[in-house]
Amino acid sequence: MYLIAPRLFLILAMVVIPLVMPSIYHKRLICLLFIYALLAISFDFLTNYVGLVCLGGALFMGVGGYIAGSLNAMLGLPAVLTIIVATLGGAAICTILLLPCLPLRGIYFAIVTLVYPLLLGRIIEATRILGGTDGMPGLSTYPSPWVDLYLVIGVTAFLLFGLRRLVNEDIGLVFRGIKDNDQTVTACGVNITAYRTRAVYIASAIGCFAGAYLCHLYGWVGLSFFALDFSIIPIAAAIVGGMGTLVGPLLGSAIIVPLSEILRAFGGLRIVFYALILILFIAFRPEGLMNYFQRKYAQFEHWIEV
Amino acid sequence: MKMNEEVLLRVRGLFKSFGGVTAVANVSFDLRKGETLGIIGPNGSGKTTLVNLITRFVKQDLGEVFFKGKKISHLKAYKIAEMGIVRTFQIMRPFYTLPAFKNLIVPLYSPRVRKIGGGKLGDRDAVAIDILEEIGFERDAYVPYKMASSLPLGYLKRLELARCLALRPEVIICDEIFSGLSMAEIATMVPLMERLQMEGKTIIMIEHRLRELFRIVDHVVVLNFGAKIAEGLPEEVIEHEEVKKAYLGKKGLK
Repeated sequence: MYLIAPRLFLILAMVVIPLVMPSIYHKRLICLLFIYALLAISFDFLTNYVGLVCLGGALFMGVGGYIAGSLNAMLGLPAVLTIIVATLGGAAICTILLLPCLPLRGIYFAIVTLVYPLLLGRIIEATRILGGTDGMPGLSTYPSPWVDLYLVIGVTAFLLFGLRRLVNEDIGLVFRGIKDNDQTVTACGVNITAYRTRAVYIASAIGCFAGAYLCHLYGWVGLSFFALDFSIIPIAAAIVGGMGTLVGPLLGSAIIVPLSEILRAFGGLRIVFYALILILFIAFRPEGLMNYFQRKYAQFEHWIEV
Repeated sequence: MKMNEEVLLRVRGLFKSFGGVTAVANVSFDLRKGETLGIIGPNGSGKTTLVNLITRFVKQDLGEVFFKGKKISHLKAYKIAEMGIVRTFQIMRPFYTLPAFKNLIVPLYSPRVRKIGGGKLGDRDAVAIDILEEIGFERDAYVPYKMASSLPLGYLKRLELARCLALRPEVIICDEIFSGLSMAEIATMVPLMERLQMEGKTIIMIEHRLRELFRIVDHVVVLNFGAKIAEGLPEEVIEHEEVKKAYLGKKGLK
């Protein structure tokens, strides 16, 4: 019971919250929240379990979104197919793009992931392929808001439990070994580049799914898919929610995304308040909420025994 | 010493300089199967660099290394380890965020061990704990389950060795596994090394503790300023003129 309770609570919350949302606006907000959560989970996995600091949320979003969008607009494939193709194929493209910096140590990976979305965005802008600056409107959307919601929630739940399991499997231990000490892993006769490639594929598949999902949610794909928001906000969410917990990023985006909507009332000052909240979090709760809760919950166990 | 056995590792003319500093200069030696080779030398004489060159953690400028007659000095570091030449690190590099026994899952899951084990190895956790127990992690005190970050130095050195053993090595290269240990800890490590010798393992030991080293090794190579200045049996080497000079200085001879 002690172990099941938090998991049950998480699943229940994910199922119930959409039901109590009053308007279509709020439902959209929940969808957006989960998109950021997916990106944040992908960031958390890559950064804290594989040791690759990844600023590539926008890259994954853009590649996934544009693949799904162009397949839908040009070939008329249904959303089910485009999302699957965009997730698997987009992840392969992202992985190939990032391959040159995988054998390196240090910050190169972070820089390259940050630059690629700018590069790809400019290519689309300059060559006017794939709709140029207007993007591609008129994509097919989901049949009902409920499909919107539960598709992304279902995938998020699956990923949370799946990744949690993965990082404790043998291959996950290799990933964590690479994070801890890549030279030791090399000394064990394991090719770290091959394992990093696999990890990047997993993480970019998550991001590409988010992009493909979003383009069918809006019925539109455009240059804003490469916006840096998709790289930065997930990191903020992961920090607030708690790095290295996988579920923390979800909690973090559940705080950050609605918060940014509420702060809309402040207009131009929005980003200032946003930054202030982040600074406060980093200063006073640097471990993140989830790590804090986990610690408290562990104490709670002792308390029951007494 | 087993002179007639096949040469397992043949090192020929290894050379490496970092900028203007020559770390290893034309070092050659042979390592026979089942032999224990000691590499000694004063601080900064290029012992660890030599290990790094053989295991390809550092790329050599010149020279070749042959393993079982095949050239290996152009391969990637992980390939060398996969062939069975495994090393410990002088400064221990365990996976600090994992428990001790989970540290061994990475080698047990590596391509080499999976190939030897024929795919499945059974319960890797159990194998890991068995290896650790054999090497001195008391299971009754739950030492194998402790986080690597909470283990004292002696256990970390053993963990380095355990990681090598988990890989089912053909050549074990121990880079100063006695350094920083107390006399009592060394006293428990020496029988461990002797047992590996009895099992017929081929070992290269780099060490500053000459007395303990000479108990174990069959054959010694002495380095000074990157160059090999002497080679031979322990008792011969210690009487060697150049070696005395390197360790004691010129005045020490008088």
